[in-house]
Amino acid sequence: MKIGVFVCHCGSNIEGTVDTKTVAEASLDFPEVTFATDTMYACSEPGQDGIIEAIEEHKLDGVVVASCTPRMHEPTFRKTLERAGLNPYMFEMANIREHVSWIGKDREANTNKAADLVRIAVEKLRRNQPLTPKEFDINRRVLVIGGGVAGIQAALDCAEAGLEVVMVERESTIGGKMAKLDKTFPTVDCSSCILGPRMVEIAQHPNITLYAYSEVESVSGYVGNFEVQVKKKATYVDWAKCTGCGECVEKCPSRKAPDPFNELLAPGRAINIPFPQAIPKKAYIQAEHCIKLTKDKCGNCAKVCPSDAINFEAKDEIITEEVGGIIAATGYDLFDWTVYEEYGGGRYPDVVTSLQYERMLSASGPTGGHVKRPSDGKEPKKVVFIQCVGSRDKSVGRPYCSGFCCMYTAKQAILTKDHIPDSESYVFYMDIRAPGKLYDEFTRRAMEEYGAQYIRGRVGMVYPDGEGQLVVRGADTLMGTQVEVKADLVVLAVGAEAAKNSPQLAEKLRISYDAYGFFMEGHPKLKPVETNTAGVYLAGACQGAKDIPASVGQGSAAAAKVIGLFSKEKLKSDPQTALVDIKRCIGCGKCAETCPFGAINMTEFRGQPKAEVLETVCQGCGLCAATCPQGAVQLKHFTDNQILAEVEALCRF
Amino acid sequence: MQTVNLTDTIDRSFMEKVMEESEQNLSLCYQCGNCTASCPYTFGFDIPVSRVMRLMQTGQKKAVLTSSSIWLCASCTSCTTRCPNNIDVARVMDVLRHVARREGFVKERRVKAFFDSFLDSVRKHGRVFEIGLMVDYVRKTGRFWTDMDLGPKMLPKGKMSLTPHRIKGKDAIARIFKRFEEENR
Repeated sequence: MKIGVFVCHCGSNIEGTVDTKTVAEASLDFPEVTFATDTMYACSEPGQDGIIEAIEEHKLDGVVVASCTPRMHEPTFRKTLERAGLNPYMFEMANIREHVSWIGKDREANTNKAADLVRIAVEKLRRNQPLTPKEFDINRRVLVIGGGVAGIQAALDCAEAGLEVVMVERESTIGGKMAKLDKTFPTVDCSSCILGPRMVEIAQHPNITLYAYSEVESVSGYVGNFEVQVKKKATYVDWAKCTGCGECVEKCPSRKAPDPFNELLAPGRAINIPFPQAIPKKAYIQAEHCIKLTKDKCGNCAKVCPSDAINFEAKDEIITEEVGGIIAATGYDLFDWTVYEEYGGGRYPDVVTSLQYERMLSASGPTGGHVKRPSDGKEPKKVVFIQCVGSRDKSVGRPYCSGFCCMYTAKQAILTKDHIPDSESYVFYMDIRAPGKLYDEFTRRAMEEYGAQYIRGRVGMVYPDGEGQLVVRGADTLMGTQVEVKADLVVLAVGAEAAKNSPQLAEKLRISYDAYGFFMEGHPKLKPVETNTAGVYLAGACQGAKDIPASVGQGSAAAAKVIGLFSKEKLKSDPQTALVDIKRCIGCGKCAETCPFGAINMTEFRGQPKAEVLETVCQGCGLCAATCPQGAVQLKHFTDNQILAEVEALCRF
Repeated sequence: MQTVNLTDTIDRSFMEKVMEESEQNLSLCYQCGNCTASCPYTFGFDIPVSRVMRLMQTGQKKAVLTSSSIWLCASCTSCTTRCPNNIDVARVMDVLRHVARREGFVKERRVKAFFDSFLDSVRKHGRVFEIGLMVDYVRKTGRFWTDMDLGPKMLPKGKMSLTPHRIKGKDAIARIFKRFEEENR
């Protein structure tokens, strides 16, 4: 074997603390290395051309590049080898940037360590085998989890591109948080007027199948061929018959049921249609509040339903869907504001959340768009907004900025003035974060044109004054003092947190999530909608708090990724999979048990039980190889012999 | 108002000393003002507590140590409780009182005198002896009429005993004082 070694300067990133020329010279002493050189930027076009020339000139059949992390450029150099006519797996990378030059300052020690890493890579490369990926078919259907604005955008873009889309929504209607909003910033256009038509499109599009009031139960398979179990929760209403007339809701005597769409501002009915523009506009029964289902009495809805749609016998249903790609767009939930006991949320009726206030402003809300405070139904004249409730606060475990609260608070201050012209708004803020197009101008407008009184400081406490008002005591740090405002209504600008059960869903999808439950993107800059699991993409606030334009942008981006994936004739599987040596396998089945992907089948060979790897399913994690008591399972490209050779190269003395 | 010349006045060794003694990282403070908002004594402070924190961040030693606020602080720890960055602000205030004592900046002499009288009383009797404390405090400050009106109300309720209270473990308390003095010699 003839091995070529290329030691990259990476500008001054590596050359700054590693003598690359010396590393290249030292490499010439390693076994089977016939060519070695240093190069300015191995990944650049001239750098790659240099590798190709050297392969041709020196008849190399294996290449080591000592540069950055393989996560960055392994695919790049594999393609370089392919262009030079070599098998792309006859390549190894020594990471002398992240593992050497960036972490040590001693040039001599760094140079020695870099040479050792190259020696390790050479020893591994000597034992590499050419590998060829297998090709397999793609199921050109996509699953979109979550029917908020990000999911709607992703689903419509995919459907328009001709893909079949399956959308799963946890609530009985799509629309997500945006459907609850009255207006949107910075244009103050009506939220349901711009979202409504898109929701209708979801319902009417021939390529989209919508499962509302459903959840993803389990996911198996791999990119191009996922199998998804969807649980359709029992609604006790046959949606094929339900016309959404609302007769049942009118006649339901259970009037203390929660109304989650209206953020629990007012009690709802046990049978419910969330709002007039709901998609699908179908009724569902909240079983634990239904008199018929809990006490076997009543049954009014069944009596009045003109289409005979009520079915008290309904059960949860599991549906299996096969798809090739998945877009997670599960959105966010509000931080539990009652944690701030000093603000009295949950205790004082006139302390409401921003989303509750949004429902109070909305014409489809429980007050019909007239702002009335919950305690006595009076119109509030003084409204105090408290920002950063559950944002930028380490003491409640939420150190991050939710990003959109400054903007929606400015919007709500403007809307308050529109609804109640003789009202005054006070906004307690820490910093105004408005870095979007026309955003800062918008917050200025709230102050300049609408007279919102902005006070720079946090609020220490809110307490009732005993005469129907709330005293808000905060700081004005610009004035350098404590301030108090009497308020008729206090609105908490509650921050975003990961949607409930996000970690559980992430585990089903085998994607990573951060300490707060937000899903992790593939790369914070270059792979914003990809995950580390092939075929699974992200859109919207499930990846981190974001506003509507950003969520829509990500919805389209995720759709573009799926369309790109599906535009390939066939997909290639990573050939770095497990391989069973049938002579050594004793058929104990431990590997099959331990495989998290179900990629190992137990078969029979001449009457003996044997393990068999399904190459397209295997993700190459190596658990089976580590488990096998016989050493019969080996991970291709990472065999025991290769790893031992690497260790030996390092521990020569 | 004067221009503060940050280059010349920023006292990093003072900042470091306070951070070390209080075990609090002052750069965690993002000046939200929640300590000032929650402080029940802001009305009496010459510098609100959030501004004390800001002056600490800019190493304004003299301004901080000559303030009344650090002596008027009642150590109620509302600031600590409300701080979104989990800074023990009350502890910083406490350390500032220690530093001010050591370096001879005591703006509120009477508060210092009360602390001294209180601790002397505890050292001597194992717990505070109210009348003895009052006598000592009045002797130090010459404020004969301070709180005189409270005496007649407290006496009949048994809140003020004419002799020191007898408690167990008096010696143990005295040892605490001794150990502290030895450690800080």
